[in-house]
Amino acid sequence: MATLTLNDTHTAHHDHAAHGDHGHHKETFLNKYVFSQDHKMIAKQFLITGIFMGVVAMTLSILFRIQLAYPDESFPLLEMLLGKFAPEGRLDPNFYLSLVTIHGTIMVFFVLTAGLSGTFSNLLIPLQLGARDMASPFMNMLSYWFFATASVIMLATFFIETGPASSGWTIYPPLSALPKAMPGSGLGMTMWLISMVLFVASSLMGGINYVSTVLNMRTKGMDLWKMPLTIWAFFLTAIVGILSFPVLVAAVVLLIFDRSFGTSFYLSDIYIAGQALPNEGGSPVLWQHLFWFLGHPEVYIVLMPALGITSEVIATNARKPIFGYHAMVYSLIGITILSFIVWGHHMFVTGMNPFLGGVFMITTLVIAVPSAVKTFNYLATLWRGNIRFTPAMLFAIGLVSFFISGGLTGIFLGNAALDINLHDTYFVVAHFHLVMGSAAIFGMLSGIYHWFPKMFGKMMDAKLGYLHFWLTFISAYLVFFPMHFMGLDGVPRRYYAFTEFESMSEWLSVNKFITWSAILGAVAQVAFLYNFVYSIFWGKKTVQNPWESTTLEWTAPVEHLHGNWPGEIPTVYRWPYDYSKPGADVDFIPQTTPLSETMSSNLPHDFEGNEESERIQLDWEKENKKELVK
Amino acid sequence: MPTYPQETDRYSLQPKKFIVWLFMISSFIFFAGLTSGFIVYSGDSLAKQLNVKMPNAFIYSTILVVASSISLQWAYIQTKRSNFAKQRLGLWLTIALGVAFTCSQLYGWVVLTGLGAFFTSSNASISFVYVFTLFHILHIVAGLILIIGAVISSYKAVPNVLNIFRMEISIVFWHFVDILWIYLYVFLLLNQ
Repeated sequence: MATLTLNDTHTAHHDHAAHGDHGHHKETFLNKYVFSQDHKMIAKQFLITGIFMGVVAMTLSILFRIQLAYPDESFPLLEMLLGKFAPEGRLDPNFYLSLVTIHGTIMVFFVLTAGLSGTFSNLLIPLQLGARDMASPFMNMLSYWFFATASVIMLATFFIETGPASSGWTIYPPLSALPKAMPGSGLGMTMWLISMVLFVASSLMGGINYVSTVLNMRTKGMDLWKMPLTIWAFFLTAIVGILSFPVLVAAVVLLIFDRSFGTSFYLSDIYIAGQALPNEGGSPVLWQHLFWFLGHPEVYIVLMPALGITSEVIATNARKPIFGYHAMVYSLIGITILSFIVWGHHMFVTGMNPFLGGVFMITTLVIAVPSAVKTFNYLATLWRGNIRFTPAMLFAIGLVSFFISGGLTGIFLGNAALDINLHDTYFVVAHFHLVMGSAAIFGMLSGIYHWFPKMFGKMMDAKLGYLHFWLTFISAYLVFFPMHFMGLDGVPRRYYAFTEFESMSEWLSVNKFITWSAILGAVAQVAFLYNFVYSIFWGKKTVQNPWESTTLEWTAPVEHLHGNWPGEIPTVYRWPYDYSKPGADVDFIPQTTPLSETMSSNLPHDFEGNEESERIQLDWEKENKKELVK
Repeated sequence: MPTYPQETDRYSLQPKKFIVWLFMISSFIFFAGLTSGFIVYSGDSLAKQLNVKMPNAFIYSTILVVASSISLQWAYIQTKRSNFAKQRLGLWLTIALGVAFTCSQLYGWVVLTGLGAFFTSSNASISFVYVFTLFHILHIVAGLILIIGAVISSYKAVPNVLNIFRMEISIVFWHFVDILWIYLYVFLLLNQ
């Protein structure tokens, strides 16, 4: 493979050494592992921090699941672990709300935004586009350290007396705006806000870097329509981030003024313990508008990178070109645009004008079109493919499954009339945990299994990967599927002990079932964590291109270099999905192979209207046919 | 090996200039978020509209900030002609005008509070005026930092490419901040 680059390697390496590693003269521990400006190291930093935060958030979910399944029982162990947050072995109701809030915040922002985009955009944008590094490596480093600081501040709220923020990950005022509203609205909320401002700064620095790199630093021959779908997804995700995160900052800034400076943007007519507050004239719905203008695009910030990763993994492991490459790109663009005009569907029951609700309903349901395009294209790519069931492939197929089963319920929830019944119930919980929670996590895990060799130069153990996949896949459905029925029965989300209501007490048995399924899912992650850590240190060494993939990152040497390629950056001659091309000797042709080396498999449209090349190809075909006749 | 692409892309400043543009887009979105918040808020009822006259200080600020854009553009032209003394003069002038602008904005706040329009008002439309101007001033400060960077490189013996690059990002950003203020001011005038 990659004969072109391999031929150059030796001479080129000499040059590289002579010119010094990109101007970095000394490599110390500090600038290699801590304040690294190398995109590959930053990707690993994001990944490991993201996995750590993911484990924390998962543990939180198990804690509140225990409460839901056993509302009347006491677990002395909890008191030992959590102290005042679980007096007499039962979770404190306020702490329960904190757990739900921080679980959501960490999962949505810290794991599935930073952990997912941060890892794979950083790793793959320069490697798959043929760039030495990001547009601004320094800003890239800052992006990670803002994220790390935000993570520390978010986790630190567990160690303050009043506990973490507890008004839900959407932090609706007035709960979030009045420090006296509940214990978590005090210092915990302040720290939440500081943490999120840092997080947004990190996301913006990252996103701006990704967009600038994609638009300016592609290698020779890599025009936009030759980019792998992963890059398209990361690129559009970054654009969505740049256009939506600043609005969250605007909303948060106003909230900070309300909390600490006495303004009334969101506050009006509030009594605490019989005392009227001086705040007047504010509108809590204003917060919802501003928040969901970010909040809905955020859902696609979470999902789109996972979709991009899946496209790449499915095409590689089905040994087929992705079905409908252009349709895949246009559907991503469609999702990008639509994501900004649907935020009202989170607010159907806030007293919104029904006409406006109708408009938001239509825009929301239109998203089903690009989503379905993507789903059918995945299925069509799998159809009659020569499928290799690697762990990454299983997780990618898992994503498709969750995307379908979770997406279908979106059609129910996007409907303004049905939403009157379904809003704030477990139906919503089931919907978004399948479609953006499980689907995005599966996309991320798929990416980890697929690009682990690229990141660490080692292979992960496939058997443990299969075990991890099946346990996680089954438990995710066992956890979230029953929630649909609870929601249809009107069970409200976020309640501490809803089974105390007589009409809902029958759901206690289902709650127990879900909790045990969740514990099974959590235990399954041990297989992953063990595999991940073990493989980094003692895993089997990888070959350069373990999955026989066509994209550029596999032409870079396994050992990580500053600047990625020794010598010249490879040139790109073809699109990234030449798998099983009829007439070719092997079932994959790397992007770096010129058309002149694959005369037997070239098709008329490969030449993109270049008449000279078409003529040469025709001449060649005539000549070879003659030979065949002889 | 005849060429060293590694060396050429290291000194390509184009991606970095692009970063400045993207940053401006995101900060414009920030202000668009705030101003749409204003529209949603004040559209609610008559009592929530902006019922105070904008101080004249804001007119003087507008003149000052436009003048500073012109002086900076002049400094840039002089840089391209390698008149470094005039470049410095233009830059210092711009800094002075930027500081004067900030003072004029702060004076505007004094006038507003004199009219009884305080930051903590039961009509958040008035609070919005303070928020707009406060965050605009923060952008002015960021712009001034960029300009100071350009001043420093005009005194030091840096490659002229870098000198011009710092000038370029300064003017792009400063013009943006200028236009941003005009946008905010016109927005406020239309809504008062």
